[in-house]
Amino acid sequence: MDVDTPEIHGKLKNAKVAIAGLGGLGSHIAVSLARIGVGMLLLVDDDVVDLSNLNRQMYFIKHLGMPKTQALQEQIEQINPLVHVKIRTVRVEDHHVVELFEGYDVMCEAFDTQEAKAMLVSAALSRLPDLKVVAASGMAGYGSSNGICTERRMKNLYVCGDGEADAAAGMGLMAPRVQICAGHQANMVLRLLVGLEDV
Amino acid sequence: MGKVLKVNGADFSLERLLSLREFLIEQGYNPDHVATEINGEVVPKTAYESVVLSDGDVIEIVRFVGGG
Repeated sequence: MDVDTPEIHGKLKNAKVAIAGLGGLGSHIAVSLARIGVGMLLLVDDDVVDLSNLNRQMYFIKHLGMPKTQALQEQIEQINPLVHVKIRTVRVEDHHVVELFEGYDVMCEAFDTQEAKAMLVSAALSRLPDLKVVAASGMAGYGSSNGICTERRMKNLYVCGDGEADAAAGMGLMAPRVQICAGHQANMVLRLLVGLEDV
Repeated sequence: MGKVLKVNGADFSLERLLSLREFLIEQGYNPDHVATEINGEVVPKTAYESVVLSDGDVIEIVRFVGGG
């Protein structure tokens, strides 16, 4: 049942969103954006689905060993076949950033390591002045859900998370909080696509 | 000689000439774990050593923690 206005639906249908990293954040962001009808999704990851991913990432037993890009493309085809999904099964390096993300409205940073997050955000914002970036920092463990928020930290940079909870021994990444953070990112993307720039 | 900066919204005084990289390390940041903006311009990673902080600079430092 479509209760969205045609205007909102049209904006989403014409939107192009890239997702860099298809782990616990990126896989859920991709599914959310497919369900709301974002017209074009670019999915970027170089990894394959591993058993250790199933505690928080949007994959099934049958996907084990398959590239995450393909596993997610297959799911989106079953959820909303009207979404045009492009995949790139590559490791994102600094010199790829313009080629990969130029022309997209919004890019979601959904990487795992601090170095990769900082590299991608710095490269994208400094070289693609029209691109909006929705990044994540701090979603490990089982701290309060309400510690996770969305902040606009720069003109084109939004950061979701608690800013503190690093994945560490005894405080791993767990499905609920990772999904809360992914929900923050997906909703910020939605807000940007309909023309709202505040958080 | 003292310089007054604004760092993540707070006033900060600096007595010495420092590159962005030196400043970040002095403030306890790992330069490889942050994205930085100076006066509204995002600083490319390759410029962290060559950019020298100046009086009146408005600096935004976003630190990333791991997990995704």
